[in-house]
Amino acid sequence: MTQRISIDPITRLEGHGKIEIFLDAKGNVANTYFQIPELRGFERFVVGRPIEEMALITNRICGVCPEAHNMAASKAADAAYKVDPPRTAKMLRELLYSAFYCTDHTTHFYALGGPDFIMGPDAPVAERNILGVIHKVGLEIGGRVIQMRKYGHNTVEMIGGRKVHPCASIPGGMTKGITEEQRKEIEEMGRWAIEFAQCSLKIFNDIVLGNPQYVDLILGDVYTHHTYYMGLVDENNKVNFYDGKVRVVDPNGREFIKYEPKDYMHHIAEHVEPWTYLKFPYLKNVGWKGFVDGADSGVYMATPLSRLNASDGMATPLAREEYERFYSTLGGKPVHQRLATHWARLIELLYAAERWVDLATDPEITSPDVHAKPTQVPTEGIGIVEAPRGTLTHHYWTDERGIVTKANLIVGTTNNYAPIQMSTHKAATNLIKDGRATEGLLNMVEMAFRAYDPCFGCATHALPGQMPLEITIHDADGIPVDVLKQYC
Amino acid sequence: MTAKPKFAMYWAASCGGCEIAVLNTHEKILDVDANFEVVFWPVAMDAKYQDVEDMEDGSILLTLFNGGIRNDENERLAQLLRKKSKILVSFGSCATEGCIPGLANLSPVGEIVNTAFNTITTDNPHEIYPRTSYDVPEGELHIPTLSKILRPLDQVVDVDYYMPGCPPESHQIAAVIDLVIKVIHGEAELPPKGTVIGAGHSTVCDECPRARNVKMIKAFKRIQDIAPVDPTLCILEQGVPCNGPATRSGCNARCPQAGAQCIGCYGPAEGVMDYGARLITAFSSVIDANEPDEIEKILDGIPDPTGQMYRFNLAGSLLKAAKPAWQK
Repeated sequence: MTQRISIDPITRLEGHGKIEIFLDAKGNVANTYFQIPELRGFERFVVGRPIEEMALITNRICGVCPEAHNMAASKAADAAYKVDPPRTAKMLRELLYSAFYCTDHTTHFYALGGPDFIMGPDAPVAERNILGVIHKVGLEIGGRVIQMRKYGHNTVEMIGGRKVHPCASIPGGMTKGITEEQRKEIEEMGRWAIEFAQCSLKIFNDIVLGNPQYVDLILGDVYTHHTYYMGLVDENNKVNFYDGKVRVVDPNGREFIKYEPKDYMHHIAEHVEPWTYLKFPYLKNVGWKGFVDGADSGVYMATPLSRLNASDGMATPLAREEYERFYSTLGGKPVHQRLATHWARLIELLYAAERWVDLATDPEITSPDVHAKPTQVPTEGIGIVEAPRGTLTHHYWTDERGIVTKANLIVGTTNNYAPIQMSTHKAATNLIKDGRATEGLLNMVEMAFRAYDPCFGCATHALPGQMPLEITIHDADGIPVDVLKQYC
Repeated sequence: MTAKPKFAMYWAASCGGCEIAVLNTHEKILDVDANFEVVFWPVAMDAKYQDVEDMEDGSILLTLFNGGIRNDENERLAQLLRKKSKILVSFGSCATEGCIPGLANLSPVGEIVNTAFNTITTDNPHEIYPRTSYDVPEGELHIPTLSKILRPLDQVVDVDYYMPGCPPESHQIAAVIDLVIKVIHGEAELPPKGTVIGAGHSTVCDECPRARNVKMIKAFKRIQDIAPVDPTLCILEQGVPCNGPATRSGCNARCPQAGAQCIGCYGPAEGVMDYGARLITAFSSVIDANEPDEIEKILDGIPDPTGQMYRFNLAGSLLKAAKPAWQK
């Protein structure tokens, strides 16, 4: 009997996602469609607004990572005015951004992605959540997770004015600096974050890497794809979240291209499918070949794992050691196994915490010189940062008054739309045979896209629970014959 | 022990910031967990549309609904949750007044889609656009239909309370959680239906520590042209269009305290019928000119009057949308 399986709804950051799995006559997967049902139209309605408001308006694309849009839009506005913010302003932005990264990566590991490993992919569903994690790792560590989130947001607020949707970044720099008193507090929180990150890596080491079954799961084929990898790097090809060039390596780990943010449009294009509201970015100079792996396919990934793959290492000492251990454990670069992204994310957490302290202890961080007045007529500006979920590109054209006339946004998770579609399809293909879909499919499908930390998962932090997954199996006439749910 | 009252939270066309703001109440979330049975909260726990449909009408005590109504799926969920909930709260700026996504109401919906699918990097030679119903070789696929305009929640269903803010401040959310828990335990009463909760009753200016000297201004300025602004004086009086005078209090004037102008995310102040009209009145009152030509010239210094007056409030304003959005 031909069947069709609908997974609806899954939730992404801005709303909802839906997965449609079609089975062939034998009951094996014929095709899978990961559909995004939403469009809010930012590229249209930012037109007519002043360039300095882009950092405030595009924040509202994502309330989970507003800091990323705030930074990309600010850098694009700097570029439009051809103004170079003072060193302190750039450091303050990066300091805010590092603290934000710590908060964001923490919540993903402990509340969203981590439970699959800490509790086990086939643990009782009621335990496979943040409360289960706290029971397993201990209340003390649970309290530290909450503390980490607080410290990150407190730092964001001290520098950016608000915890969610910060407001202090403007063309040419910042509206204000920080005091020595604030700096001390920020430094203390950063030092605490380093310890927290080390502790998190130890937990990963003990619970995940110490378990041969998990290592097999990570290294297995179900969650492996050979694609290009993208990430922002500094002048030494080290991972950087705030600034640098975009480097792309091929599936063999060789540098394919390294481009300046201003040249992004020569390297990235977006494919359109009529069955979804989201586009599929790909490497323009390789070309769109469909949802396939390999060096001939322009599909690329932009995640913590791809940032590590695309770089030559980390710029801070503790993270550098972890980076080296990562590749020596997993058999060298690049690592293609998507589940290793969870480990890569923790290495980035450690880097962000170290960077936090480096910046907080820079002698110039409390300088009042935080703004350079724009003097040139604005024209066009491009800003790129690494959002936790991928390379984020903002591009604006303005009139001579700095009013936006056109915009182009390529957002973090969007980069990974094609890989997510492929991973979901591969997981479904491996799990659904002869028309039999098991409950285990649900979590395995979840794990396939959860590794990417697509935005829909970010807020899944404080309460017990799972992605809202429900699978309805219809017969060929569309009559529901079975419903599989996450919880019974 | 009697069953705990049921709680739900849902997002429609929103950004997730409301969820983060709720999570940023930290330990208060544990109070929610202790006092409520969380039955539906797609970002935080498992529950399905079907589960909600199976519930008895009115069986959820409290639903916090964030996000505007952008498509038919949002609308369906708004109607469903209204039916199932005793208390439906329009939570956050998107649900309450449309917020930033409401600026889409300046354009026809077709233009919004066309723009998104014809950007500089979009490879779309055959002009492919999303189709609400599309035949692939294996069968038919569906995605929701975008509405002509984005609507706040109360333009679609009856709403009991409004909680403004983009997002609502976490200390305000914590206070509302405390109040509802007291109500459950018979220690407090709910405010009258239609009340704005979790916010103040005056304007952002009343919470702002900056000094106002009723200084008359000769020109509006852009923040990047005069930053850093004087840290003690009213930002509007320094020439930067600040929306504080028309905006509801409740945020502790966070942006002005950070050296940035208020952009109006808490929506119209109490009793304000039209946010833009109130704001233009406030701006006019600080202009130092008597001649119409000069006044007009000074007002021309506001770079984007439409956005300035209706940045968060367009969909919830008397206008609801610009003329082009109503046309086909």
